[in-house]
Amino acid sequence: MHSKQSKWLWAAALFAYAFLYVPLIIVVVYSFNDSKLNAEWVGFTFKWYEVLFNNEQMLVAARNSLIIAIITSFCATVLGTLAGLAMHKYKLRLLPLLVLTPIAIPEILMGVSLLIFFVMLNMTLGLVSVALAHIAFCIGFVAIVVRSRLQGMDEALVEAARDLGATPIQAFRLVTMPLIMPGIIAGALMAFTLSIDDFVITFFTAGAGASTLPLQIYSMIRIAVTPEVNAISTLLMLLTLFLIVVASKIAPSALRAD
Amino acid sequence: MAKSSRLNKWLISGPPLIYLIIFFAIPSLIMAFAAFRFPGDYGGLLPLIATNPETGANELLVNAQNWRDYLTFENFGLFFTDSIYVELFAKSFWYAGLTTLICLVMAYPLAWLIARSPKKYRDLMILLVILPFWSNFLIRVYAWMIILGPQGYFSMAINQVLALIGVGPVQLMFSHFAVIIVLVYVHLPFMVLPLYANLEKHDMALLDAAQDLGASGWQRFWKVTWPLSLPGVWAGAALVFIPALGMFAVPDLVGGTDGIMIGNLIKQQFLDSRDWPFGSVLSIMLTLAVLLLAGLAALIGRGGKRNAL
Repeated sequence: MHSKQSKWLWAAALFAYAFLYVPLIIVVVYSFNDSKLNAEWVGFTFKWYEVLFNNEQMLVAARNSLIIAIITSFCATVLGTLAGLAMHKYKLRLLPLLVLTPIAIPEILMGVSLLIFFVMLNMTLGLVSVALAHIAFCIGFVAIVVRSRLQGMDEALVEAARDLGATPIQAFRLVTMPLIMPGIIAGALMAFTLSIDDFVITFFTAGAGASTLPLQIYSMIRIAVTPEVNAISTLLMLLTLFLIVVASKIAPSALRAD
Repeated sequence: MAKSSRLNKWLISGPPLIYLIIFFAIPSLIMAFAAFRFPGDYGGLLPLIATNPETGANELLVNAQNWRDYLTFENFGLFFTDSIYVELFAKSFWYAGLTTLICLVMAYPLAWLIARSPKKYRDLMILLVILPFWSNFLIRVYAWMIILGPQGYFSMAINQVLALIGVGPVQLMFSHFAVIIVLVYVHLPFMVLPLYANLEKHDMALLDAAQDLGASGWQRFWKVTWPLSLPGVWAGAALVFIPALGMFAVPDLVGGTDGIMIGNLIKQQFLDSRDWPFGSVLSIMLTLAVLLLAGLAALIGRGGKRNAL
């Protein structure tokens, strides 16, 4: 590679990295700013974190987010793993279509169609409707991760187990399952983050019944920008970092970009 | 044996299939059908089923004689009679297209550099691209609200520079510029990842061969790397363009009245004016636009691959 060329390349890449990171760093820095405005730097303070932890609504929203994310990641992992297995094992038409389309279309379409659906069923919008919606859009992501893991698996291992007298269920439980476990864990973590982060589908399916963290943040930043949001943002970024570290420990393949 | 394997097939594919039929396929069909109905008196949809007060049973109100009172094509007519809706679609396409282009220009050198870096750094470099993407989408929008806000250092600096050359102060927030830059920001990793996945697989020997044959740096890029990377480019373009097209939160938060997109109109029809039939028409139009684009991308993508070979 010519050095002149690579200099330009490096400059462009560094610019892109700075573009990605500077805004987030600003949020973190301002969360410690002793001023009500996100403008001038006045001095260092922890008070926005204190305000945050005394904000009842925010705590309820955080609890709701967590409940929904746990239910979603459990159900979506089970259904998504089955879908991934089915798509790997059998030639199917309808299932891949139903699994992949929710990922490919704009989220708002799924949000509004589920809104009509739940209202038609006379369902009270709230935690349950949000969780049902989240499971629907997370299944596809889990299925893709699990399927790609299955594609990388050596089929001969399962055949060997069968030759040695294992029943299909034993072969699955003792061979396939441990081999695809990193994929399943990666899928579960993915479903958890997708659920806890989702704004659009939650926005349409939550009604007045349940606020989640993203909904709470949305209503706060729509009205006025307050440093409290910087504090919750910083904490959420820390949580994300923590999840990534955990993921890299239990399922390194979760972080591989493929 | 054959029977039990059929059973297995259903046991495995049945649960996700049934779930997605109930919570994805049926709601989508109901929405498509809603586009042909009338809005109810208090928003939502005019009921098709009502309880008969005498018998207490649920009865279908619509029948062959009176279907015109319950079903209509007018909602679609409304879309085409007022040019404002078509214009809003065009504007949203423009926003999403520009966003895709800027993402491509920013992502390409980055993806190329990562793909050509020593293997031990690649995972870290790509992780650094994904990391900001894992933080909540609203937080990323909010970060730009701070930067673009009139009291922020960035806005002040830009306006001071503009004042020096005699141009009046500009407002960065609530503008087309704000919508585009935030759309680029939230979608950039979607472009980097498929590009990187593609560029990483290129055979460097091809570039050496081109150089041996006397190709300049630019020629090597344009005649070898670029055509080979087209599948990655198309994948990235689809991953950026489609979500950007349906976005409503970004225009809502940083776009002001000028910056609204289709998504904002859909949201407004469903939640504010509660005209669900028209909201459904808009959603169907958006779906059709996406399907058309996906089909087109698949065609061009295939053509691109053929050309590259």
